[in-house]
Amino acid sequence: MGRRESWTAADIEEILRRHRDRKGALLPILNDVQAAFDHVPDGAVPIIAEALNLSRAEVHGVVTFYHDLKRTPHGRPVVKLCRAEACQARGVDRIAPLLEGDERIEVETVYCLGLCASGPSAMVGEEVFARLDEDSVRRLADRALDGASA
Amino acid sequence: MKFFVPGDAAACAVGADEVAAELARLFGERGIDAPIVRNGSRGMFELEPLLEVDTKEGRVGYARISAADVPAVLDAIVAGSEHPSGVGLVDELPFLKRQTRLTFARCGITDPQSIEEYREHGGLAGLERAIAIGPADTVEEVFASGLRGRGGAGFPAGIKWRTAAAAPAAQKYIVCNADEGDSGTFADRMVMEGDPFMLIEGMAIAGLAVGATSGYVYIRSEYPHAIRAMRRAIETARQHGLLGLSLLGSAFAFDMEVRVGAGAYVCGEETSMLESLEGRRGEVRAKPPLPAHVGLFGMPTIINNVLTLAAVPFILAEGARAYADFGMGRSRGTMPIQIAGNVRNGGLFETAFGITLGELVDEIGGGTLSGRPVRAVQVGGPLGAYFPPSEFHLPFDYETFAAADGLIGHAGIVVFDDTVDMAKMARFAMQFCAAESCGKCTPCRIGSVRGLETIDRIIAGEDVEANRALVEALCETMKFGSLCALGGFTPYPVLSALRHFPEDFAKARDVETVS
Repeated sequence: MGRRESWTAADIEEILRRHRDRKGALLPILNDVQAAFDHVPDGAVPIIAEALNLSRAEVHGVVTFYHDLKRTPHGRPVVKLCRAEACQARGVDRIAPLLEGDERIEVETVYCLGLCASGPSAMVGEEVFARLDEDSVRRLADRALDGASA
Repeated sequence: MKFFVPGDAAACAVGADEVAAELARLFGERGIDAPIVRNGSRGMFELEPLLEVDTKEGRVGYARISAADVPAVLDAIVAGSEHPSGVGLVDELPFLKRQTRLTFARCGITDPQSIEEYREHGGLAGLERAIAIGPADTVEEVFASGLRGRGGAGFPAGIKWRTAAAAPAAQKYIVCNADEGDSGTFADRMVMEGDPFMLIEGMAIAGLAVGATSGYVYIRSEYPHAIRAMRRAIETARQHGLLGLSLLGSAFAFDMEVRVGAGAYVCGEETSMLESLEGRRGEVRAKPPLPAHVGLFGMPTIINNVLTLAAVPFILAEGARAYADFGMGRSRGTMPIQIAGNVRNGGLFETAFGITLGELVDEIGGGTLSGRPVRAVQVGGPLGAYFPPSEFHLPFDYETFAAADGLIGHAGIVVFDDTVDMAKMARFAMQFCAAESCGKCTPCRIGSVRGLETIDRIIAGEDVEANRALVEALCETMKFGSLCALGGFTPYPVLSALRHFPEDFAKARDVETVS
């Protein structure tokens, strides 16, 4: 995915600079940190808090509230699999074990990708996949691995 | 000759990008000079990727094609011969022909990123009229149209707008709720990807009407295509004076930006969204004060769903009457209904209120994809009720569904065949509520967990009657004691499953096999 997990204070400062003049900038900042380092490092929290004149507890509270924000990197490439009702109706429970059994990747549950008439569906990075079946779901894991090594 | 390959996420998810790339490669190889437009989807997702070509007779479609099919399809188009994937004139397909497309009139037809095409197809006429008649009459036009909030609550948009317009403040805001998290819904996504200028125009009109100069469209992170499309369109709109200090050369100013969510379903609740926009945990606020009085950053704020704001340009351009002429009872205008789940012809079906559930599922949807009998449909997302086919006579209308202990919500319909286990679906509703609860109020935070445990006991066959009564009592508490619709409406799927499908709760099973 071309992302790195190591970070420096200067990296965080750079992200903060990008959002300096925005109102309610905390979530955009945290989304950018997550995107850059595949997690929001605990060490970045005081730097962000200081810059926005917030307490560390407030920033920590936000980091732990949102499903997209993680405190540790994934380690393995992630496949986000929709497990909501419409994909359940189209058989996601039948194909999920095929992905979950693949130890090279991490399967994350999401509730709805808006592909509800074409499920089961999944997302890898910003790419979406629908009409998943036994064959295509296996290729999806390979796709995630390719993306991670690219 | 112009070619169309949808750039909609649902088309890309089944190979549309590869089809477009192969087509472009062949054009290069064969020296064909024809534009390839990445249009929005027509909303017939079983047909995607749907390649279209415009001909003298109209636009001809080739359905469900892959990159490997493209050379043969192109040969057939050039030679004027048949190809097995051909579906003929797209506008003549029954699924499209039966619709009344007001909000989706342009979606799939035009190049979504071309503001010139937007204008040629009737765009900007609404904003021009709003500028001409002024703020007060613009608010009254929306009020007279009977437009109700399309996000689910169905609150009259005109009343919200009047309230915000009357609130004195140095700064007001327009917030567009594009956190379309309900399973079975994709209409907001289609608007943003397929006709983004319509939403921008709707927001600009709202800003003009209530005196707000700043807007935010809060899009969920699961929608990267929509985020890109909106950001690009906003940039173009600024360059063309559809946003900025002088809207279309007038004295009105309005600008907007995209904000991206971070995977919290509850942020689709309006006050939780405001908290999130301000940079806090997405915890629901108690009302009052209403957002129209004290909203974003403490200022009067209009917060409307994508479809509500997207309906506004039509209302202004054609007049309140033209919109209100459609519909039934207090449900005026059209509703972009989304047919999803285990259904043969899934997709977007915009029609006037009043169509029955049975028409939508059986006639338009064509029954299940699996070919098995329909057993249940969930209407209105994860917080909507499950209905059996015996309720298919219900007309699509806010009041009718409320009277039947359900809701139309954001108008998503998810179809299930007879293999569905309704005890499992009731269990899922509680599990979903527990996972997504913001934690602020006890009925939702604790109730969902206790509900899940109690349904598990029913499934395991423990004290079934007593535990059933307990779930019903718990649902009562959640319904009336929760701060917002997450805890308040989770009882709908649970109670409707218990009421319409009691047999699924009467067979003792190992919980592990259900969860």
